[in-house]
Amino acid sequence: MSATGTTSTVAPDPLGEGGEASERAPRPSSWSTGLPRYLATKILAAVVSFAVTLVIGFVLFNLLPSNPVATMTHGRPTSQAQMTQLRHQLGLDQSLPHRFATFVGNVFTGNLGTSWQFQQSVTSLIAERLWPTVLLMGTATVISVLLGLWLGIRSGWRHGSLFDKLASSVSLGLWSVPTFWLGMILLIMFAVGVGPLSGFLPAGGMVDPGVASGLPYVLNVGKHLILPCLTMVLVIFAQYVAIMRSSIIDELGSPYLLTARAKGLTDDQVRRRHAVPNALLPSVTMIFLQLGGVVSGAITVETVFSWPGLGYLSYQALQVPDLPLLEGTFIVFSASVIIMNLLADVAYRILDPRVRAQ
Amino acid sequence: MTSTATEPVSRPGATPAPPRQHALRRFVRAFAARPSGLVGLGILLVVAGLALCAPLFIGNDQLNVVMVNGPTLAPPSGGYPLGTDQAGRSILLLVIWGARSSLSIGIMATALTMLLGSSVGLLAGHYGGWIGKGLMHLTDWFIALPGLPLAMSLAAVMGQGTASITVAIGVTSWASTARLVRAQTLSVEARPFIERARALGAGNTQVMLRHVLPNVTPLILVSSTLTVASAILSEATLTFLGLGDPTSVSWGSMINSAFSGGAVTAGAWWYLLPPGLAILIVVLGFTLTGRAVEHVLNPRAVNGR
Amino acid sequence: MSLLKVRDLRVSYRTGVRESPAVRGVDLTLERGQTLGLAGESGSGKSTMALALLRLLPPSAKVTGQVLFQDEDLLTAKWSRLRAVRWSEASVVFQGAMSALNPVRTIGDQLMEPILLHEKVGEKAARRRAAELLENVGVPARRLRSYPHEFSGGQRQRIMIAMALACRPDLIIADEPTTALDVMVQAQILQLLTDLVREQGVAVIMISHDLSVLTQTCDRLAVMYAGRMVEHGPSEQVFADPRHPYTRALAGAFPTIGDPSSRRAPTGLPGDPPSPGSLGAGCSFAPRCPEAVAACRTREVDLWPAGPRRESACLRVLPEFANLADQPVADQPVANQPVKEGGAV
Repeated sequence: MSATGTTSTVAPDPLGEGGEASERAPRPSSWSTGLPRYLATKILAAVVSFAVTLVIGFVLFNLLPSNPVATMTHGRPTSQAQMTQLRHQLGLDQSLPHRFATFVGNVFTGNLGTSWQFQQSVTSLIAERLWPTVLLMGTATVISVLLGLWLGIRSGWRHGSLFDKLASSVSLGLWSVPTFWLGMILLIMFAVGVGPLSGFLPAGGMVDPGVASGLPYVLNVGKHLILPCLTMVLVIFAQYVAIMRSSIIDELGSPYLLTARAKGLTDDQVRRRHAVPNALLPSVTMIFLQLGGVVSGAITVETVFSWPGLGYLSYQALQVPDLPLLEGTFIVFSASVIIMNLLADVAYRILDPRVRAQ
Repeated sequence: MTSTATEPVSRPGATPAPPRQHALRRFVRAFAARPSGLVGLGILLVVAGLALCAPLFIGNDQLNVVMVNGPTLAPPSGGYPLGTDQAGRSILLLVIWGARSSLSIGIMATALTMLLGSSVGLLAGHYGGWIGKGLMHLTDWFIALPGLPLAMSLAAVMGQGTASITVAIGVTSWASTARLVRAQTLSVEARPFIERARALGAGNTQVMLRHVLPNVTPLILVSSTLTVASAILSEATLTFLGLGDPTSVSWGSMINSAFSGGAVTAGAWWYLLPPGLAILIVVLGFTLTGRAVEHVLNPRAVNGR
Repeated sequence: MSLLKVRDLRVSYRTGVRESPAVRGVDLTLERGQTLGLAGESGSGKSTMALALLRLLPPSAKVTGQVLFQDEDLLTAKWSRLRAVRWSEASVVFQGAMSALNPVRTIGDQLMEPILLHEKVGEKAARRRAAELLENVGVPARRLRSYPHEFSGGQRQRIMIAMALACRPDLIIADEPTTALDVMVQAQILQLLTDLVREQGVAVIMISHDLSVLTQTCDRLAVMYAGRMVEHGPSEQVFADPRHPYTRALAGAFPTIGDPSSRRAPTGLPGDPPSPGSLGAGCSFAPRCPEAVAACRTREVDLWPAGPRRESACLRVLPEFANLADQPVADQPVANQPVKEGGAV
């Protein structure tokens, strides 16, 4: 389950090498030219992706399970008549296309079914747990991006140096361990305490019960956020280091850097004003695309720390297995990644002047 | 990536061996010159050796929870270098035994991934038009999809067990291989010898299997080494989430037991540390080896690692 | 005081344990307002030498010798002093201006950058100056806010020239400024450059593999081969009456437009320039020289007088070899392959 980039947002080369028969009339720059069309294409692609997601979701959750009613009533004595009624209620006796149409209709009206274990609508469950996940993933991503960018730029600019080798080794090591395991190690070290060191951070949950709202609440949540966030950062920042590092290395041989040096700029100035902006462009896209991997990390980290977010919710769904809930979280996760990819394309388009001109 | 192995040998009985052997010797020499690759390979050999020989010194009386009689959840000591679990089993022996399951699932999942990915990639690269484009879009979609929710759902629907995990990993990982293979197929098919082969009357299957595939194989090899690394991590994740075979011992299941069996809250770090470290070491082994092979096969393409 | 005096400049690249020499002892002198053309094939060391003057080579390059720019040795100057000299007193026009300009910054920004760096002026003044520079090279000032990719190749080269003149330097090094432009555009750019430098009294070192271009635009001409200078002198004389076999071959490699005889009999030079590691005793051109004699392979060659203000590193200019006429004793040339044209050093 690797998360490599997908969109082909490589900056096209509009600069034809070689002589031209006559000097081309200069084209005025206008970055709104073609923007609506570009957006429309990308949004259409996103909609198609979502449609495919729905199909896969339908196949996965409605066709594959051989006898959902049996799973649903597992352990509870149910008569044959009750089973038949349940089948009818769930619409399992309808024809396939009918079921698919109902399914799609339901998704668009926000009806994702009822959770078997919570006896609550899936949509409301997801709504409850959405914010904690956004908080955790958002904070972790921002910190990882900043840290990863800074380290990546330093490593790439002097690649081959000791700093670079050290940073790369540490990154590789952190990528090679399971996220949740790292989380548990941190749990033992800082929450439970090992040897002479006693634990001082909370072992789970998002907030202690009975804490007053306002500042004490925020601080308490913050205290609970430290360990899960740290765990996520440790694992995902390595990706951003790698991305930024190879971006900078790609730029290293560019002639415009020589021009900048010839102008009398210091090494730092050349790096900051010329290399980094160019290297950032492909990185921005890649960062958005890594979010798919962040989602996967969030699921296990939330589980380890009992962080009440969507990831933990899907873990709980897995235990039964609570198929409607699982389906709901699957659709929401996929949709959010599709949206992130769309944002990546739009961001790249707005940021890169070369792509703007199309 | 030499194409000597695939130039059509028109004379029956001609010996194709020498150029291949020469290439192999060159490869081995170049590989041996890279210390990181040797370290990686060394790790893999040691681990594989331990895993294969495990039945020789680990018997049922050490694994069966009913039959062991060690202290429960005890820290490392003389008799138990890595401590014991809740049932009194030696962690050290469990880690070694777990290697068998983790490695075999990792390898099988990789085989599935490679099979799916290479087939799709080969077909997508070879056939243009609707088939090619359709497969490419399918690949792109799978790459963009978040892997874990899909794998979880698939394994949940299929039920607990080793087969579910293997299939789930395969279904979520094949896309990046497919993309690599497709790109390589396109570049191989642009070479003149393919045109020659077609002119001589080679059909689609023949072109793909006899001419393109041998040229794509080195890439697949490199890719599979790196894929095993991520497959082992995925296996650990899925088992940790409870989707694995509850009766078998693997590194993921050990971490799972540590989590749900209260080892964490009891501060039993000796239960938690070894399986994770084992995963770290093995994943590093595969990654270093894979990268070294990649460097050797295509030094220009590897960008300043 | 001469503007630029280069003494025994040597550059070698460290690749692993080996050192390959790229420039092997070059001397040159340039006065204010003088234009010097530097010609040679790719691999002759001309670009390396030019970049070495301002210490713009990568760290793996070892540079020795003296580069006296207005009597100050740039090779031993402090780093801060060197950065102050760069662009404000000696600037560079690079070839292939498309990648020499930062693609994600406006050309206005890039034009203003050296002005803001070296001159104590505010942003408004810098922008005014940038607009003025653009107009001088024939690009409308309103294009200041455009990006490099929105211009054609010729326009980008003009922008590079404007940028090079931004701080009113005393010296401009133009590295293959017209390569990759087609002939009509090339002529315009050369004319522009010639006019501007003459107006402002700027000295120019122009590097090219095209002798005819250099002859048009430069007062003096120097020819490099395998890291050494093999001939120099007033450009018209050198072009019309070369005193070194290599110069003769270079001059013949480019047909003179309008001269029917050169079209019908293009001369080429067989073989390739020597690799830096394989240079031995004697004249390094001897293996490819159609006029080599036995002594060429053993005698050390140096730049000897070959006319008024001319020098050539060929044995044949020495009095003792003067009457050898046409007695090529060396091996038969290899099957006709043209001299390598184009490309960077």
